[in-house]
Amino acid sequence: MKQRAITALNALAVFAAVIVLWQLILLVFHVPPYMLPSPWAVVRAVGARFPSLLNALSITAEESAGGLAVSIAVGVLIALIFAQSRWVRKMLYPYTLLLQTVPIIAIAPLILMWMGAGIPAVTLIAFIISLAPIIANTTQGLISVDENLVHLFLMHNATRGQVLFKLRLPHAVPSLFVGIRIASGIAVIGAITGELYAGSSRVGEGGLGYSILYASSQLQTDYLFALVLAATVLGFSFFFLVMFLEWYFLHRWHESARAPEVE
Amino acid sequence: MSAGSSVPEIEIAGVTKQYGSGRAVLQSINISVAKQEFVSIIGPSGCGKSTILKLIAGLSTPTGGTIRVDGMTPFNARETISFVFQDATLLPWRTVKDNIGLGLELERMPIKQREKEIGPLLELVGLNQVAKSYPRELSGGMRMRVSIARALATNPRVMLLDEPFAALDEMSRDRLNEEILRLRAEQKWTAVFVTHSVAEAVFLSDRIVVLAPNPGRVYAEFRVDLPTPRTAALRASPEFDAMVARVSHTLRETVRQ
Repeated sequence: MKQRAITALNALAVFAAVIVLWQLILLVFHVPPYMLPSPWAVVRAVGARFPSLLNALSITAEESAGGLAVSIAVGVLIALIFAQSRWVRKMLYPYTLLLQTVPIIAIAPLILMWMGAGIPAVTLIAFIISLAPIIANTTQGLISVDENLVHLFLMHNATRGQVLFKLRLPHAVPSLFVGIRIASGIAVIGAITGELYAGSSRVGEGGLGYSILYASSQLQTDYLFALVLAATVLGFSFFFLVMFLEWYFLHRWHESARAPEVE
Repeated sequence: MSAGSSVPEIEIAGVTKQYGSGRAVLQSINISVAKQEFVSIIGPSGCGKSTILKLIAGLSTPTGGTIRVDGMTPFNARETISFVFQDATLLPWRTVKDNIGLGLELERMPIKQREKEIGPLLELVGLNQVAKSYPRELSGGMRMRVSIARALATNPRVMLLDEPFAALDEMSRDRLNEEILRLRAEQKWTAVFVTHSVAEAVFLSDRIVVLAPNPGRVYAEFRVDLPTPRTAALRASPEFDAMVARVSHTLRETVRQ
């Protein structure tokens, strides 16, 4: 407990130091506010434009959560197919690699062309970018079952379905969570990046990425900082939500999930 | 008890096992186990002890020779066989109770009947207090008890045990040895027990088969004529020590030659 308090204090000290440094840079170099607003100006911008900030935040949250949810569903399904045989994996795995390496910026215009701007297009982008880690980790979990456990099931003449649902799938849940943890971060990044291209079907109203672009075009740098802050909060919330779910579902039986710690 | 019946429960005749075109792991193995007999297989590492168990269980097929369990092929006899692995091999996401019931569940026994079967088993292996605990909350010895209870749940006629107590401290090992004998006295199964420990083999067995390595083959057999039922006191007797000494001597020969 004491250890945790010290960790928290250390983190707070770093935060304070950054604020002080920020303020110092402003004073020493006389940076104009449209280049770098003061910390206080950012706080004021948060207060003054709170409704629109919250609106942008909720749009991006919806897109990234939607994309993540679909990629969990689709990713687990694909992993189940991959787990069926080495042959299937060899045939299809290169394509998941493709999924991981394709620059999302490059296909965003294509998606914009197909679907038009708006929430569905951005959700699709968040889905594509967060799919690969779900597939990779879940597949690994499904196939890394102790051989003796498989033997045990065979000794009881277990069906293929029983091996899959009573052995492989539960065994893969911790790995699935590792995948979700990675995917949740990149789903948020994917949504914000997607919004830069396909963020809004209405001028002046869209998610965080769209609003960041809009604020920078208007030289509203203090609001831009507020939006970046909101993006960070969103990323953190996703991360901690996933950590909590992981702890909730696994802590009773799985070693890794016994005490959630910030890495 | 050892003489049991004249029809062997397990008949291994001229069995050879070879992986690919490499050297044989097992060569011309002949072992016959009578009904309700307790046979230990002992030998230096690499002599194919565990392979024999896998063959009896039908988890692996011999390259040559035949294996019959109660007159059937191992695959067809599976329902009568239970396997206890070297590690407890439990499902970590299931409670003790649900781990013990796994075999019954896979064989599609209805849950109510399952509960009825599991209750006495928990009692039998002394796990009543931890029925709802998860494996990671248990000691190594207790996990092994769960594994044994799970194996017993399906009422096997043949128990195959692959160095089940190798990872335990000596005290837990001795206690579980005594318990294995008690359980067998009550339930009358046939056992093939693979171990590294001569003392364990002598304490448990009616008969000990010593294997030699490269390739794995039967080197010697011992009948253990120590009195039954065997208790902890037996370990302190000179007859026990003499038997352990004889088997150990033979075991050393298998490596020296």
